[in-house]
Amino acid sequence: MRHIISILIENESGALSRVSGLFSARGYNIESLTVAATEDPSLSRMTLVTRGSDDIIEQITKQLNKLIDVVKLIDLAESAHIERELMMVKIKTTEQMREEIRSLADIFRGKIIDVTPTTYVVEMTGPSSKLDAFIAAIDSDSIIEVVRSGPTGISRGEKGLHL
Amino acid sequence: MFKNAVNRLNSTVYLGVISVELNGAQIVIQSLKDEGVEYIFGYPGGAVLHLYDAIFQQDDVKHILVRHEQGATHAADGYARATGKPGVVLVTSGPGATNAVTGIATAYMDSIPMVIISGQVPSPVIGSDAFQEVDMVGITRPCVKHNFLVKDVTKLAETIKKAFYVATTGRPGPVVVDVPKDITDPRIKVPYKYPKKVSMRSYNPAVTGHKGQIKKAVDLLLTAKQPIIYAGGGVILGEASKELTEFAHTLGFPITNTLMGLGAYPATDKQFVGMLGMHGTYEANMAMHESDVIIAIGARFDDRVTGKLDEFCPNAQIIHIDVDPASISKTVKVAIPIVGDVKPVLEQMMELIRESKKKPSKKALESWWNRIDQWRAVKCMEYDRNSRLIKPQYVIEQLYEVTKGEAYVTSDVGQHQMWAAQYYPFDKPRHWINSGGLGTMGFGLPAAIGVKLAFPDSEVACVTGDGSIQMCIQELSTALQYNAPVKIINLNNSYLGMVRQWQEFTYESRYSHSYMDTIPDFVKLAEAYGHVGMRIDKPEDVRPALEEAFALKDRTVFLDILTDRTENVYPMIESGKGHHNMTLRVAPGTPTDRELA
Repeated sequence: MRHIISILIENESGALSRVSGLFSARGYNIESLTVAATEDPSLSRMTLVTRGSDDIIEQITKQLNKLIDVVKLIDLAESAHIERELMMVKIKTTEQMREEIRSLADIFRGKIIDVTPTTYVVEMTGPSSKLDAFIAAIDSDSIIEVVRSGPTGISRGEKGLHL
Repeated sequence: MFKNAVNRLNSTVYLGVISVELNGAQIVIQSLKDEGVEYIFGYPGGAVLHLYDAIFQQDDVKHILVRHEQGATHAADGYARATGKPGVVLVTSGPGATNAVTGIATAYMDSIPMVIISGQVPSPVIGSDAFQEVDMVGITRPCVKHNFLVKDVTKLAETIKKAFYVATTGRPGPVVVDVPKDITDPRIKVPYKYPKKVSMRSYNPAVTGHKGQIKKAVDLLLTAKQPIIYAGGGVILGEASKELTEFAHTLGFPITNTLMGLGAYPATDKQFVGMLGMHGTYEANMAMHESDVIIAIGARFDDRVTGKLDEFCPNAQIIHIDVDPASISKTVKVAIPIVGDVKPVLEQMMELIRESKKKPSKKALESWWNRIDQWRAVKCMEYDRNSRLIKPQYVIEQLYEVTKGEAYVTSDVGQHQMWAAQYYPFDKPRHWINSGGLGTMGFGLPAAIGVKLAFPDSEVACVTGDGSIQMCIQELSTALQYNAPVKIINLNNSYLGMVRQWQEFTYESRYSHSYMDTIPDFVKLAEAYGHVGMRIDKPEDVRPALEEAFALKDRTVFLDILTDRTENVYPMIESGKGHHNMTLRVAPGTPTDRELA
């Protein structure tokens, strides 16, 4: 099953490689990993998407918790949560296609953030599945480049991952 | 440039209190002193010259110059295993650091508290492929409990304190502190204060166990009919031998120890059924296999213990006490996990057992012990005592008698290690010192030196083989320089015996590179290093030679004992088999000599 593990980690140099090194050393999968400092500059927040059986996910969370720099973590998949990913797509556009791409972007609540005579860049956020759907809806030959941030997430309600 | 290294302490009045200003090199050494460190095991080099200059100008912390950085880590490791105190290592950058890695990984696998201070090239040139530069923090990341790169001399003392704190608490382990050369610059002085305590928001190891879980565990134990206690190295690390012994005696259950746990429970006690696992006793493995309740205490279900996982203890409900939550249900699912230090958890359990009206069923236990006695009657440890060749098992038995079972025994890795574990019953913790997890050849001799320095009045024997001893033999020189007289029991079969045994069993005796054509004359080698060498090739000479060796109190003695080359370690669970599928010696008491191809 797919899990989104959200980690608060000391914002120290090498913290990221402790996490990624753990995954490669123990043979766990990482689908995506995003990291940035939080409102407290001494802490980073990492969002990691992985897949595995319950046993493996249990080991992953235990091994992550064992890292000295990890302050706290939660598995977002265990409760109600919101998941978002940012995507930017550079699309080759001909005169005839422009209207179609614009309306498709509208339907997916995307924005066109760069225009040249021959290209559009569409920006879109949403759950990963929505981004996949947009990609599937446009002609693959017209895609020049796709950049995705990997998902981040937050739990619903009052609960939260903080100190 | 070293003229500037004025190392007298400069006292200045600082915010109304007397504070001391020290340079980085002095801070490292003073921190070690304030931490109560007795010995540093190390080897100098460019990046640590400032540190060595600071060492030169004080006598409180003694430095032991090894002959190879691997030896430094193993010696510090042996010291730590024997004393329970953290071992301290100092190495230079680059090759000094990489040479230390094997020893760091060895300590990591066996959860041994160690602090390794490694020199690093000066901060401004880090990342430029400078001379003797290696990314020590990166290289050691997978084999340390934690590591630090010091970036600011004002954080140096606190970082060292944190290193000791992390290394010695929770599940212990090695911690590396990488110190760039500019941080130890003698010209830069900062106020020094060694923190009495540190706390880290991200690190809070559990101590006591969950009360509800403990209650459940006790209830299960008291209803068990075929129980067994399976105790590992965590009991020794957690200083809980006394509690374990009381626990076992109160319940009357059979108890087995892992290789790392030997000595946690007195091996000569009647409830002890021997070591379990690949080369454990028949009775220990059968009792595990047939048990209905297992309590695992400070053990981690290593693959050498469990054998084939699918066939592991099919009828047992398992209780597992461990300080490391990640050790629980890692390979074997357990019914009742208890996260906490072994000692307080056992104390909590004992309290409940004493209060409980329920007692273990006498009748059930009696019939369980009867079955165990039947397994014991197989006498799985018998070997040919009438051989005209020296049997390695016999040597270990004689070593036990000559040292009255009180020696510290270190070992290398291979057949000799298993024989030492099988035939030297350890009654006390911290006396059996071997590389269990990583299986590091070359561990034994430097570890023995570390132990001897810690306990100069105790006998220290290094049981080794002709393969292993050559991996760190240069430390014979260290033993002489620092007057650490150890007795080296070299079970010389002119083979990499364990490799040969596996090749005999699983590769139709194709002995691929398990034989060394040119084994040195160990007697001459020992003498060349300034020690006593003896060669023994007859069974009747073993005892007198051991007596003579141990009578030479102040000398390191190398006993080169030519043993039966064909002897194998029995019993054995061959790989991929379960506990109940042990390979026993063909017939107890019959010769096992085989024709070698």
